[in-house]
Amino acid sequence: MSYLERIKPQHLDILKELGNIGAGHAATALSRLLNKAIDMTVPSVQVVPFSEISSYVGGEDAVVAAVMLRIEGDAPGNMFFMLPVTEASRLIQLLTGDSTVDFLSEEVNDMGFSALNEMGNILAGSYLAAFSDFTSLNLQPSPPALAIDMPMAILSYGLLELSMVGEAAIFIDTQINEKDALQTEQTKGHFFLLPDPDSFEIILNSLGVTIDE
Amino acid sequence: MSSVVNVIKVGMADLNYATPPNTIRTTGLGSCVGIIIYEERQKICGMAHIMLPESSMARSGQVNRAKYADTAVEDLLHHLEQSGASRLRLKAKIAGGAQMFQFSTANEMMRIGPRNVEAVKTALNIYKIKIIAEDVGGNSGRTIEFDPETSKLEIRTVNKGIKEI
Repeated sequence: MSYLERIKPQHLDILKELGNIGAGHAATALSRLLNKAIDMTVPSVQVVPFSEISSYVGGEDAVVAAVMLRIEGDAPGNMFFMLPVTEASRLIQLLTGDSTVDFLSEEVNDMGFSALNEMGNILAGSYLAAFSDFTSLNLQPSPPALAIDMPMAILSYGLLELSMVGEAAIFIDTQINEKDALQTEQTKGHFFLLPDPDSFEIILNSLGVTIDE
Repeated sequence: MSSVVNVIKVGMADLNYATPPNTIRTTGLGSCVGIIIYEERQKICGMAHIMLPESSMARSGQVNRAKYADTAVEDLLHHLEQSGASRLRLKAKIAGGAQMFQFSTANEMMRIGPRNVEAVKTALNIYKIKIIAEDVGGNSGRTIEFDPETSKLEIRTVNKGIKEI
């Protein structure tokens, strides 16, 4: 039986908690980097069929900046830190003090790319460290890779392992938000955790939960 | 009679068909490849958005045939033939198969784009379907739309704007 049919709503709740802990640490790391208050939403865990992913990630014309890490070790998978490209430019401007950083421009700004890559690395690394502590699983991130492109084209890289087993992906998605001057919440970015098919059982087992009951 | 023009959508690991005045479109091709097989005389076409090269890679029993290059080409071909297209007149256009991330680690899965393109070409070659135009490889995602009326394929990327092949 496919892993998707064996995973029940109570299992998704556990994965949600995992996303909560991981992104909590990442939001703290971001808040320290920027010296600003950063909130995050309660994570959502959704089973999304491949054919509906384009509407799930939304905005055909959207351009996002994404840092991807491959998770290696006991529970392999993929992780993305993804944010709208204008937001990425703004964050890196804040971080580097260089107001000319614009990830949409044709001119390559090596410094900007490198800073964004490193920021993604720090955030995803703190997410992963919390995930690893919580589950006692041994997990190592690969070096990060950066892309600026359409969300679906980027996310499809995280779905390859899953696509050999089923027709849907389980997205552990946490949004991080920042309040602007008018105290309105704005979405700053998403963390997507996409465990490989065999990893779900390993993660749940590490927390003392068995899938087949 | 007024005709409403629809854009028929093809999701990831999905395939569909279109006739004029409708067009057919798929979004966000990264390492995936969009395959269009069409017949100009009857103005019919099919499009698939494949994710993986070979159906033999499937690790579970039931295979979604639209997900793999080999089975998707077979299904497009059979359906078009059943709709009255002559196999000898079938042509193809393909786009996608990019490598979005440059990883230093040698994970074979990260090189899936070029492998997908190879597999699509092999599958089309088996049925002697000629590739009239292609826009493959590189490191940009693509959104594509095919118009069976003109047999033109419009390709949109984030940085390089729109082009037609």
